[in-house]
Amino acid sequence: MITTATQPLLRFEGLGKVYPTPTGPYPVLDNVNLQVEQGEFICVIGHSGCGKSTLLNMVSGFSKPSSGQVLLNGVPIEKPGPDRMVVFQGYALLPWMTAYENVYLAIDSVKPKLPDREKRDVAMEHLAMVGLYKASDKKITQLSGGMKQRVAIARALAIRPEVLILDEPFGALDAITKEELQEELLQIWNTQKCTVLMITHDIDEALFLADRLVMMTNGPAASIGEVMPIDFPRPRNREDIMEDPKYYELRNTALDFLYNRFAHDDME
Amino acid sequence: MVTSPNDGLSSPRKTSAINPLTWLLRNQGNWLPPLLGIGGFLLIWQLTSAFGVTRLPSPSSLFTEERTRILIFYPFFDRGGLDKGLFWQTFASLGRVAQGYTIAALVGIAVGITVGLKPTLNRAFDPLFQFLRMVAPLAWVPIALVVFQKNQPAAIFVIFITAVWPILINTAEGVRQIPQDYRNVALVLQMSKGRFFSKVLIPSALPYIFTGLRISIGLAWLAIIAAEIVMPGTVGIGFFIWDAYQQNYVGEIVLGVIWIGAIGLILDRLMVWLQTRIAAGQ
Repeated sequence: MITTATQPLLRFEGLGKVYPTPTGPYPVLDNVNLQVEQGEFICVIGHSGCGKSTLLNMVSGFSKPSSGQVLLNGVPIEKPGPDRMVVFQGYALLPWMTAYENVYLAIDSVKPKLPDREKRDVAMEHLAMVGLYKASDKKITQLSGGMKQRVAIARALAIRPEVLILDEPFGALDAITKEELQEELLQIWNTQKCTVLMITHDIDEALFLADRLVMMTNGPAASIGEVMPIDFPRPRNREDIMEDPKYYELRNTALDFLYNRFAHDDME
Repeated sequence: MVTSPNDGLSSPRKTSAINPLTWLLRNQGNWLPPLLGIGGFLLIWQLTSAFGVTRLPSPSSLFTEERTRILIFYPFFDRGGLDKGLFWQTFASLGRVAQGYTIAALVGIAVGITVGLKPTLNRAFDPLFQFLRMVAPLAWVPIALVVFQKNQPAAIFVIFITAVWPILINTAEGVRQIPQDYRNVALVLQMSKGRFFSKVLIPSALPYIFTGLRISIGLAWLAIIAAEIVMPGTVGIGFFIWDAYQQNYVGEIVLGVIWIGAIGLILDRLMVWLQTRIAAGQ
């Protein structure tokens, strides 16, 4: 029992990934080490091409490590599974179904033995959580980008994953929708306390959401450059933390990392 | 879903409330050009026949000559044997098309899905499919007759072999085109094969499958004519034309060709209608 209590939920051990290319093997990631505790909110930031997506793909199980391993509760990750649910960059909702049917399909696939009544209740409960109770019968094609992302989040959380993986979930949204969704995500996370791994390009987003910000060095052979703790008290309020002088201290550290110490050759 | 067809119904009702004559005048851009086009075509045909430029009977003679007039106005007569009205001739042909086409759809979709899911199988058989689909329906007729020895199964086989390729190739393409995102969702949720099939694969590939089905219905109809022409003694619109040619009833040939075109057009429109109904919201 003592071993499980001290064991982190996720452990990256000397993780590396090499892609074969026509001009020879290309190392994307090299020697990534990180421990993530249960219930932590982790944001990953870095310039494009630094292997952030590759890193998360090895947690979700879509990609296999070339060296090292990722352990979930001490067990190496071999393949995708519903304990590590993904909110995909392009939403990946099935457009011929309604919002409700998308969420229901996920619950029905992961927990087929649950009584049907309960499946329906869980689906509606999670759609309500993201403010889509009334739009649950709408076809995906009838929804806006922000609403689609809400459905994707509802679908991901409805199957109660241990780890929620988000790959730049708000990148394609306008500023206002983005902030609304950040707040909703944080609220839901406060109630469910699942572990979150999220890729972002936005330092302010990371500062508002994350417990720790993982900053990646540039590729090839990218690795974790620095892990910055963000210890604003929770529940967080956007105005409050932005008034905190520490906010700018953290922001400058991140900016310095990205634009001075690990500046990218081409413009971001 | 429930509200939009209602909306669709209410708006034409509103427009039809206007005087039909004003409606016709207002939309003359829609019906006037095709009317002029077809009318002009018929007129030129009438004139060339009247002045003896071609040996083709004029459009008006289809009504003035007794043989064709009976065929036009009594499509349902049945004097036994091959002497039947055009409705029964067409009906017999359509029956064969229905059988051959159904087999083609079943085989084409099943094989298409298999090939679409397995790239190795696709690489193995694609050259063969591409080769076979280039073989004209008429070329299959002697082969079919040798293999089946009887007219009826041979005709159905010719329909099948002509219609199966577009369905097969389009279905395979539709399966290959399923976005990686959808496959990834199925992987994360660890969907069973059956669930992936019914909830993701079929709905995602459906537009492609329908494209194949639509191309094929036209081909199947073309093939039946080819098949029947070389199969003497069968009731069917194809043999009807061949028979008319051998007895030198040119008016009957023209009439038969018009029927074929009309039926082909109706079949195609039917598929389009089915496609919009089933694939709605894709």
